[in-house]
Amino acid sequence: MIQTFSWDHVIFLLRGATWTLSLSIISFLVGGAVALLLAPLRVLGPSPVRASISGYVQIVQATPLLIVVFLAFYGLSFLNIHLPPLFAAGISLSIYSSAFLIEIWRGCIQAIGRPQWEAGDALALSLVQQLRYIILPQAFRIAIPPTVGFMVQVVKNTSVVALIGFVELTRAGQLLNNITFQPFAVFLTVAAIYFCVCFPLSLTSKYLSWRINVAHR
Amino acid sequence: MAYEMQFQPVLNYAPDLIDGTVTTLVLASQSIALGVILGGLGAIGRTEGPSWLSIAISTYVEVFRNTPLLVQLFLVFFALPMIGLQVPVMVAAVLAMALNLGAYATEIIRAGIVAIPKAQIEAGLSLGLSRFQIIRHIIFIPALMIIYPALTSQLTLTLLGTSIASAISAAELSSAASVIESKTFRSLETYITIALIYISLTFMFRFLYWIIGKILFHRKVVTSKNVVEDPLLTGAGA
Repeated sequence: MIQTFSWDHVIFLLRGATWTLSLSIISFLVGGAVALLLAPLRVLGPSPVRASISGYVQIVQATPLLIVVFLAFYGLSFLNIHLPPLFAAGISLSIYSSAFLIEIWRGCIQAIGRPQWEAGDALALSLVQQLRYIILPQAFRIAIPPTVGFMVQVVKNTSVVALIGFVELTRAGQLLNNITFQPFAVFLTVAAIYFCVCFPLSLTSKYLSWRINVAHR
Repeated sequence: MAYEMQFQPVLNYAPDLIDGTVTTLVLASQSIALGVILGGLGAIGRTEGPSWLSIAISTYVEVFRNTPLLVQLFLVFFALPMIGLQVPVMVAAVLAMALNLGAYATEIIRAGIVAIPKAQIEAGLSLGLSRFQIIRHIIFIPALMIIYPALTSQLTLTLLGTSIASAISAAELSSAASVIESKTFRSLETYITIALIYISLTFMFRFLYWIIGKILFHRKVVTSKNVVEDPLLTGAGA
């Protein structure tokens, strides 16, 4: 039976949106944790470590997210690793986020000038102390705006897992489109919900980077 | 029980893989061409145009950068027929991808235009350069050089983004993967093969951008992006 797009359907979409948000938070936290470990190693580690982290980043960034999701969901089940959709989605999105966050944070660490390291050396700080007290606090400050900006991508990327049937916001929209045949109403609402989540993040990122630029002027 | 990888059944479908790759390339290059033109026009309209136009363009940019490509694709594909515009799958896919890239490209190219100081143009004028020479040597090439890393990484994302078009059944590489997977039941091998093809396509495109940069700039080319400078310029993923 064809239904008309109504308030109840908006509620259904909002319920999908909570999954979008949960997935975004999971993949940002897990991806962020991995990147937090790997980004300093990417800059300071011994050269084989640096090369392999760089290789990991290059390969993930050259693969479509959709294929990473498919590999985690369909591919691994053949290795007798059966992941429920939530795990497959979470893992693949985390891998994807980690690759981009490593690059972003590497840039932030490298943006801190050599003299800062040398000053730490002159004060007889150990490498770990230099990182802990001099480099990372400064890198952290400039890392905030691009990281907030990247959260927008994380939220938008979760839409891809709709294609393995994970019912988040986009998949909820697809399902509603199938029973209401009102694609305009359905997908405009879906787009509006994404926009309400992403736009404030974009604005925050823009404001934060503006503030840092002003401080440096 | 250990799993044995068998790529032969997948490789038997080589013609499908090649067809898919070609479709992906067509989809990507059309979207890139259209999207960059759109971005150029958007950037000029936003910096030089009247304020109503500039507001309209920034609304377009914000709307398309803050919603997922997949939803944009669904809107173009399912919603256009509702207002009487019946478009083939490929046209819908190119349209959605170009609109998406156009939004990002507008911001990137605008940043390049804004980055050229007025004094440089005046310097060009005082050296007696013609209008065309100024546009070419002082505005276009230097601006392009500034934005090249951001622009090329956005183009790479567009190339990878074409995989999403399988959702509206465009017959590109990812949908070829689904077909092969459902025929051979070799999911892991299929998706590994597909991933390898995408990775080689990406590196091929990056090499191409590097060559183009080499020809345009006659000096060191940077094609990896420096995200720190402006985080919002490029959008990662879908």
